[in-house]
Amino acid sequence: MTKSASILAPSPTVDQVGVEERAARFTKRSIKKEAKMQGLKMALSMMDLTTLAGNDTPGKVKQLCYKAMHLHDAVADLPTVAAVCVYPTMVPVAFKALKGSGIHLASVATSFPSGHEDLDNRLDEVRRAVEAGADEIDMVISRGRFLAGEHAFTFDEVAAVKDACGKAHLKVILETGELLTYDNVRRASDIAMHAGGDFIKTSTGKVKPAATLPVTLVMLQAIRDYYFKTGIKIGMKPAGGIANAKLALQYLVMLQETLGQDWMTPDLWRFGASRLANDVLMQIVKQQTGSYQSLDYFSHD
Amino acid sequence: MKNPPSLNFDTDWTYSAAPESTDHIKLKKRYDLFINGAFVKPKSGKYFDTINPATEKPIAKIADAGAADVDAAVKAARKAFPAWTKMPAADRGKYIYRIARLIQERAREFAVIESMDGGKPIRESRDIDIPLAAAHFFYYAGWADKLDYAFPGRTAKPLGVAGQVIPWNFPLLMAAWKLAPALATGNTVVLKPAETTPLTALKLAELIQNAGLPPGVVNIVTGAGSTGAAIVSHKDVDKVAFTGSTEVGKIIMRAIAGSGKKYTLELGGKAANIVFQDAAIDEAVEGIVNGIFFNQGHVCCAGSRLLVQEGIAPELIRKLQHRMETLIVGDPLDKNTDIGAINSRSQLETIKGYLKLGKKEGANMWQTSCRVPRKGFFCRPTLFLDAAQSHRVVQEEIFGPVLAVQTFRTADEAVTKANNTPYGLSGGVWTDKGAKVFKITSKIRAGVIWANTYNKFDPTSPFGGYKESGVGREGGLHGLTPYVKLS
Repeated sequence: MTKSASILAPSPTVDQVGVEERAARFTKRSIKKEAKMQGLKMALSMMDLTTLAGNDTPGKVKQLCYKAMHLHDAVADLPTVAAVCVYPTMVPVAFKALKGSGIHLASVATSFPSGHEDLDNRLDEVRRAVEAGADEIDMVISRGRFLAGEHAFTFDEVAAVKDACGKAHLKVILETGELLTYDNVRRASDIAMHAGGDFIKTSTGKVKPAATLPVTLVMLQAIRDYYFKTGIKIGMKPAGGIANAKLALQYLVMLQETLGQDWMTPDLWRFGASRLANDVLMQIVKQQTGSYQSLDYFSHD
Repeated sequence: MKNPPSLNFDTDWTYSAAPESTDHIKLKKRYDLFINGAFVKPKSGKYFDTINPATEKPIAKIADAGAADVDAAVKAARKAFPAWTKMPAADRGKYIYRIARLIQERAREFAVIESMDGGKPIRESRDIDIPLAAAHFFYYAGWADKLDYAFPGRTAKPLGVAGQVIPWNFPLLMAAWKLAPALATGNTVVLKPAETTPLTALKLAELIQNAGLPPGVVNIVTGAGSTGAAIVSHKDVDKVAFTGSTEVGKIIMRAIAGSGKKYTLELGGKAANIVFQDAAIDEAVEGIVNGIFFNQGHVCCAGSRLLVQEGIAPELIRKLQHRMETLIVGDPLDKNTDIGAINSRSQLETIKGYLKLGKKEGANMWQTSCRVPRKGFFCRPTLFLDAAQSHRVVQEEIFGPVLAVQTFRTADEAVTKANNTPYGLSGGVWTDKGAKVFKITSKIRAGVIWANTYNKFDPTSPFGGYKESGVGREGGLHGLTPYVKLS
């Protein structure tokens, strides 16, 4: 019997209609005034400020790191983001730029975004990223193997990456947009948590659909059930497609009403986003001044 | 593990108040009776207060119609009947379409008044009650000139004057359920809204004036039980339609026995929501919550009994309790409120009586820890765990946010327990297996059964009960039949 089969019970079934209705219900919450301000600041503090483009340069990454520490200096009392997320080749630059800031450095290793590479090479990439200073690794699972029913492969793959991470935290990207069903998302979530993932993450941002509320809800339910079973709290990171503050607040409502107070922290929730920060900042300024400012007043990095 | 890990919903991030604006609402201080197209003072000279159950403050004075007022309303309806029924059916349809459109245009106003007068959360009146009311008028407006297709090969003729008495749990929606099919088939109407929730029906009367409906086609009289009794037993009423308690339904049946009046009665219920081990548990939990806590549990088809297969009972109950802890009880006009005010002091007393009774019977009562406003009529969402089939909290309709929880081992046991009630209005079955859905639902003796969902309504779907839950069907094609003579 494989290690995975001995640990894993079958995953519970998910009803598509029901889970989408439940997710839609969260969007009915009206978040105004102080609650909005508190939520927006919380969203900033939980952000993985991300650049994952083919044309990234050291200069761009440095700028992004500065932004991570100084989101909008015109406004007092803003938190910093939780982490900066870059390709492994950019880790040394980011590590230097973020030194002493307390901001985590995440890197997408394991042949992001497809995962099509020998496992040895992928593990090697993880080790190199960690050595260069990444303290969080965002891995991708091999979706082809998972969809072919090789769930034990997925388990072993995650376990091996976890091993290669050493002390670095592991986020497991399921790429839910390629998993086709909520049942698959649930199954992959269960496997990723049992195999040692510290976080489960929806998407690379390179595939559409990326994060959605219902897919994230299915993963939160998996996290809750795993917590009930083991007492271990796994983190959640929706990524891709969360471009505005309103949607970010809806995610936080869903988090709060599904997992409660203990998960309302950057240690257990992250937004993976490249465009979200400026919209949140714009809303914060609107809350403070009463009027919207042009996007020209916020830095694009 | 001694203490299984639990979730903490006492959170630091609390939602600020998000009250729906009431600035745009136009309410008169006093409402008279709507008879023959005009608002007239009651001959009785009497008025009563309608209050906001969330604040206990009076909103308006409402005319109390006596027998003479009811008689005037029935006479007006009778006088209007010949012209209304001879009007080309397509024109009748136009009037009903107009009512539907006007409700949509004024939806926000109606939603706010519904929540003020009845206590239901604005989320529900805005998203469910008012849109569904408009949908009912739209649906039956379409039938008006197509009755030949509804009853192929036969001729459908209207009955005459319909006397309609509706409850306080869905005030405007029930008015729509009653008026739309009656008007589409060419009947005229005397309608009485419930005494605790008359306002949206009276606003509907104003809207009917705006729609230019011929005087007397719809008459709306307000009052309590005696007004309803006067309508039901009036000699010139041809058809009685009632939605309300089984107790009153029985009185109505006695009153009209031998009179030849046609009738439909939509009465109480004590529906079982059956959750099998193979169900999608989180979605079932959501369905249980929608089944019993929708509209504070003031729903005749509420899933007020939970039957859960024993293997998943502890897990499901724990998840249900967690979900319930996130329900917000409070100001009905706040957009974040999940559970509003209990409709009246007397209903709150009834519910409290059952809470005491359930504890005395030995069921294990569990309530959420949410904050509840001091003023107004509120009740925490409540479970009775380990309830037994012989407990009255399992047998009787409580009509509040109270769920009796029982377990079962076999499918047969679930079916037996579900059917072991004088009622038979609705039910729910939760399973991942399609075949089981059909096998079990066909054994439940109830008019409406939902599979893997609960409390879904549509104007095209018939609704009504078995046994003491009522007689006749409303909604859909079936809903036309009680309003026509076929030849």
